[in-house]
Amino acid sequence: MSTQEIVNRCQALFDDLDFTAIKEWKDAEPGRKAIGYMPVYVPREIIHAAGMLPVGIMGGGDQLEVIHGDAYYQSYICRIPRSTIELGVTGRLDSLDGMLFPSICDVIRNLSGMWKMMFKDKYVRYFDAPQNYDDEVGGKFYIEELNHLRNDLAKLAGREVTDDDIRNSIAIYNENREAINELYQFRAEKPWKALSAEVYLVVRAGMVLPPEEHTKLVRDYIAAADAEDRPLRDNCRVVVSGVFCEQPPIGLIKSIEMAGCYIVDDDFMLVTRWLLDAVPTDGDPVKNLADAFLHYSNETAAKYVDKKENKGVYLVDSVRNNAAEGVIFAAPSFCDPALLDRPMLQHALANQNIPYTAFKYAENSGQMQPIREQAGTFADSIKLWSA
Amino acid sequence: MNAKTKAPQEVLKEDSMWKQKEMINANYRGLARAHEDGRKVASTFVPGNLNELLMCFDFARNLPETNALQNGMRKKSGRMIMEAERAGHSEDVCTYVKADLGMMAQGNIGPTGDPLPTPDVLLLSYTGCFTFMKWFELVREQYDCETAMLHVPYQGDGTITSTMRDYVVKQLKEDIIPTLERVSGVKFDIDRLREYLKESAKAEDDLVWVLQSAKNTPSPIDAYFGGVYYIGPIFTAFRGTKEATDYYATLRKEIEERVRLGKGPITPDGELTEEKYRIVVEGPPNWTSFREFWKMFYEEGAVVVASTYTKVGGVYDQGFRHDPDNPLESLADYCLGCYTNLNLPSRADMLAKYVEDYQADGLLINSIKSCNSFSAGQLLLLRDVEERTGKPGAFIETDLVDPRYFSAANVKNRLESYFQMVNQKKQGTGVAA
Repeated sequence: MSTQEIVNRCQALFDDLDFTAIKEWKDAEPGRKAIGYMPVYVPREIIHAAGMLPVGIMGGGDQLEVIHGDAYYQSYICRIPRSTIELGVTGRLDSLDGMLFPSICDVIRNLSGMWKMMFKDKYVRYFDAPQNYDDEVGGKFYIEELNHLRNDLAKLAGREVTDDDIRNSIAIYNENREAINELYQFRAEKPWKALSAEVYLVVRAGMVLPPEEHTKLVRDYIAAADAEDRPLRDNCRVVVSGVFCEQPPIGLIKSIEMAGCYIVDDDFMLVTRWLLDAVPTDGDPVKNLADAFLHYSNETAAKYVDKKENKGVYLVDSVRNNAAEGVIFAAPSFCDPALLDRPMLQHALANQNIPYTAFKYAENSGQMQPIREQAGTFADSIKLWSA
Repeated sequence: MNAKTKAPQEVLKEDSMWKQKEMINANYRGLARAHEDGRKVASTFVPGNLNELLMCFDFARNLPETNALQNGMRKKSGRMIMEAERAGHSEDVCTYVKADLGMMAQGNIGPTGDPLPTPDVLLLSYTGCFTFMKWFELVREQYDCETAMLHVPYQGDGTITSTMRDYVVKQLKEDIIPTLERVSGVKFDIDRLREYLKESAKAEDDLVWVLQSAKNTPSPIDAYFGGVYYIGPIFTAFRGTKEATDYYATLRKEIEERVRLGKGPITPDGELTEEKYRIVVEGPPNWTSFREFWKMFYEEGAVVVASTYTKVGGVYDQGFRHDPDNPLESLADYCLGCYTNLNLPSRADMLAKYVEDYQADGLLINSIKSCNSFSAGQLLLLRDVEERTGKPGAFIETDLVDPRYFSAANVKNRLESYFQMVNQKKQGTGVAA
């Protein structure tokens, strides 16, 4: 397949707010079940091991008309919960047999309870993760959480979820993570070949496709994009930070690039890159997942940094490792974690003389001109005026 | 028409209110002198605070939310928030955080005018609010001191499991207590903790009695505007002290007397003599226009008979007591049980039960812009409680300590309409809620 064909397929999956791909997957075999999850991270391996399809619900984007969802939220609450409710009450998520709400923030946390009240026939779980990273303390708690989820899903599936099932799923997701890391590496090396809006769509397809199929799609895209001759522009290289939960409109990603910035790293859909290394496939699989979470997982505003001196180090590292020239902080409006985190991350960058700029968006932002102007000015300041 | 109040010449305060005012002022003076007096200082948050544990190590206790709200009541918070925004903090985020950071930027002078000390330890008990975690990291940036973080899991399924309790206890044993020992130089003595917890339980009994006195008609207290004073000592630096026990014993006697005499609550303009509406309130109050806000209620004869904000630092009326026989487990249950750590269905149950148990005429939600922990989901809570109780609900929006988000005319207008609706409903002449 050509790059365009792959991207078109991903775009179609992205545009389909009825989640037809899920229905098709379920219809292909009787008894299949699908479990939705919200950003930032859930152990998809456990869902997959139960024979179910993990489905990333990343909000309604800019094409969903939110009618009911707004009636559930005050004006000062971000967009993603209201569009998610819209998806739910309009029946678009009926094909899901359950929903997981990870510990991101107070809004998503409370949405878990709302879901319990509104969709009483569905499996709903607030998936807590430890903020204590000691094996004997946070580790034990997390193993219990994982086992709780495993037992719940086994009940829902009507069958045991064995250690071997989980080991097998870990291997499949290791492969998927590796493919996505290759994609990010490819983009960082040749950003003119892997446009960020395309990369976004390719990764986003993994929210609805089975991991095995998605891994192949990612690798097909890399091969196709690498083979294609695309013009190298004199853009600056930036890392985009702050978009770990509510996703920006595709237009925003395109606008950043059109304004003269190649995105060489980002925190879109972190679930796909949360674990920073392959999870061992031997030994106790649940413990392995817990160890990975505790000791080699990504960082976001939703995670506690236990030492002051470590705050923002991951972002500085990302700039260095990807040869970026600056950081664009793009945070959803009213996102407490991202917006409270931002000044601390900015201090960390300033200490290293790394330039940055910042703006807010909503998943349904329509006006991109101000963003394009701001990103363009930022690119100019780096390309034309920096020493 | 305004309800009747006996108007005194000056703001009326009962003995317990004077006592509390002196306790709070003394705590600020104590904080200002702490280092001079050779005491170490801990900064910590209100919900899930470990006051008794901190006392075991002789720490003076500083609570940033209390500073922010006290600054709000003294009309100082607006400038502090703008100071923080000038320093790069978003207009969208929690104003408690910005008031605190702004106060620090302006020299860290506390609400009473006493300087606040540099903390020796930052103890984050991360209960029921993600923002605490970020606030803590932001405060940590300003200081070069030890930090300890207690992660309290959320009651996602509406229960406290043994896994959750064990996790919290383990953190206390393996992280929090050793850190506090190291910073203070004081060895942990569990018997000392037990003694404090005994005091806590006594005060908790009296507090619950006071809050539940609102089941009387007329209610002798306002469980929101008065309630925030009643919870002051027990939610902050005094839980577990003899002073707190004495305060609650005094308070209880005052309220017992009011019940005996069939009196209504004391308001800043005197005693409310005609209770027209009994309301349950969900959400924190606005602090910058607290008196004006309260007046909108008592002028209409509205009394708040139960509130959830008075449970944010402990849900004692649901039966929880600190237990000296199981000190660490009890601290864990306390942290896990605070109101905003309950899931939405549990909060809806509690509200519906309040409406019924306190024979309330309706539920009012004061939705706070700053506080997603409270606010996200409140519109669903409103509908659910209305459906379950058949009593009308209403929704207003204000903020904690940002004066820019208190629109008096708008709030008053909504409240007046709401009370009219309640009146019609009570008389069976109005439209259904």
